[in-house]
Amino acid sequence: VVKIHPVVLLSHPFRTKMSVYGPVVKIHPVVLASIADSYERRNEGAIRVIGTLLGTVEKHTVEVTNCFSVPHNESEDEVAVDMEFAKNMYELHKKVSPSEVIVGWYATGFDITEHSVLIHEYYSREAQNPIHLTVDTALQSGRMNIRAYVSAQMGVPGKTVGVMFTPLTVKYISYDTERIGVDLLQRTRTSPGRTIGLTTDLEQVGAASSRIQDMLATVLTYTEDVLSGKVTADNTVGRFLTDLVNKVPKISAEDFESMLNSNINDLLMVTYLSNLTQAQIALNEKLICL
Amino acid sequence: LTCIRYPGKRRFVSSFLSTQSVKMAARKESVPTAAATAAASPAPASGNTLDSPVKQIQIEGLVVLKIIKHYQEEGQGNEVVQGVLLGLVVEDRLEITNCFPFPQHTEDDADFDEVQYQMEMMRSLRHVNIDHLHVGWYQSTYYGSFVSRALLDSQFSYQHAIEESVVLIYDPIKTAQGSLSLKAYRLTPKLMEICKEKDFTPEGLKKANVGFECMFEEVPIVIKNSHLINVLMWELEEKSTLADKHELLNLSSSNHLEKSLQLLMDRVDDMSQDIVKYNTFSRNLSKQQQQKHQYVQRRQQENVQRQSRGEPPLPEEDISKMFKPPQAPPRMDTLLIAGQINTYCQNIKEFTSQNLGKLFMAEALQGHNS
Repeated sequence: VVKIHPVVLLSHPFRTKMSVYGPVVKIHPVVLASIADSYERRNEGAIRVIGTLLGTVEKHTVEVTNCFSVPHNESEDEVAVDMEFAKNMYELHKKVSPSEVIVGWYATGFDITEHSVLIHEYYSREAQNPIHLTVDTALQSGRMNIRAYVSAQMGVPGKTVGVMFTPLTVKYISYDTERIGVDLLQRTRTSPGRTIGLTTDLEQVGAASSRIQDMLATVLTYTEDVLSGKVTADNTVGRFLTDLVNKVPKISAEDFESMLNSNINDLLMVTYLSNLTQAQIALNEKLICL
Repeated sequence: LTCIRYPGKRRFVSSFLSTQSVKMAARKESVPTAAATAAASPAPASGNTLDSPVKQIQIEGLVVLKIIKHYQEEGQGNEVVQGVLLGLVVEDRLEITNCFPFPQHTEDDADFDEVQYQMEMMRSLRHVNIDHLHVGWYQSTYYGSFVSRALLDSQFSYQHAIEESVVLIYDPIKTAQGSLSLKAYRLTPKLMEICKEKDFTPEGLKKANVGFECMFEEVPIVIKNSHLINVLMWELEEKSTLADKHELLNLSSSNHLEKSLQLLMDRVDDMSQDIVKYNTFSRNLSKQQQQKHQYVQRRQQENVQRQSRGEPPLPEEDISKMFKPPQAPPRMDTLLIAGQINTYCQNIKEFTSQNLGKLFMAEALQGHNS
């Protein structure tokens, strides 16, 4: 197939939830943070950064779990990508996680340029049907738009053919521990100097319970509004609420007391034991040094 | 570029330096060069043994996410995952800006060269403007058991080569219970001295006055995000449809307590065996002293008798050759075991205090209802 004019067409960036033809792309937060970081560290004069995406491919989803940036040079008429570097890095990464494969590539910036087509072609040799991710780190539209595309041939076969990038649905997933890490990182948004320290145990419990308290307050205001007629009742929400209320276990007071007491006793005993052990080893140390 | 080998399941640590690693502290944002060169030399100035060169660690969000992902994908059960931390030193802060994981040790891959892997990785990262200076390493832990000979050796060689390095201990199980558990440790200067001398006898340790509590010092951690990452966080919060799972408010504790106590018991058993060994040693030593004493006395008596009979006295024999002193058992292991027991106890206490709080809260809520 000969490409005469590499025509690039962006399908309308419509924000529907329907997935157009193509796999669903699931991204982990570490990938996005890595991309933002490499954008911040780009060379002087470079407008955008590109890199390889690593992950796993399943039948209808592509899960992107890692990435690394690749040095490249872009000017008006030509683009040069250091593919040796990319191959090297991929080998190194494979040593750590042998199950990750190249699933596509990313570029920062809002549009898909002609150079992207060429780069996409490079990557088509490395992976089947690579996906292309754009992250708008320059915040051109006021937000950081994250989009994924897959390429498809289009045009009149035999005459002018080109490549079209069709958008894909992007979902964000994370492991439980990742989510907990991201929750912690979220807090830097509101602190001055963008720094936070790690909290101590009881403070964390306090924070978690105040979050639940807020959620309960929201639910209560909603129910009151419905009762007083300010808001029309919604059946699905009502069903969720009944579920919620029914989930609270009903135990008799004595059972609860005994369960509570046995748990507290266990914990107190363990605390006593650990204090005793600590005293014991401190004593042992003093005796040896006599 | 410094390259340091990692403690594998049974491997030891070795390290080699190049002169470039010494110039670690000289970066553009750093203090005037006089202080920089002073901090860069591996042997600290003599007066500076009390305050540590690193008062705070600043980690970027990206590093936290990478460490979490590494354990999640490659660590199973009680296997340990390790990696290298990259960053720079700014005044008395150690900034960690990136990291890369280290492959698991595979016994069947004998020709895998760790040093080469590190060099390649760091060279490549330099190409994309990532800080390529080694500032420490990270390791995951299983229920808090990380105080071991291997860790001590690694951290010692790191700190010897690069004064400001730290080891980050990531506890995935505690994190899964609701809150990120990341701690940074360094060896105290006293412990560094001992490791340098390799004098692990009881007298040596007594002289240095090192207890299990002053082996490691914890350095406070602060997490910092750049503005762009903050923007990303806002985006993620909107788009992410995951529901909170509130693991932190989970009331069940017996599983965790059981495992922690099991580990504690194992360690205490080790400790008691060690104590028995030491006791037998000191008993042997004192018995030997007595024997020596008796021997000398008998000698003297004989000599006196011989003199009275006019015979030449028996030659003085070298007593120390006859009674060889028993080998003093090395005390470093005891110190490590004691340190580990201490860590376990601290963790258990943190856990129980959290759970007690939660139980009291549950009681208050239930009392409210009924």
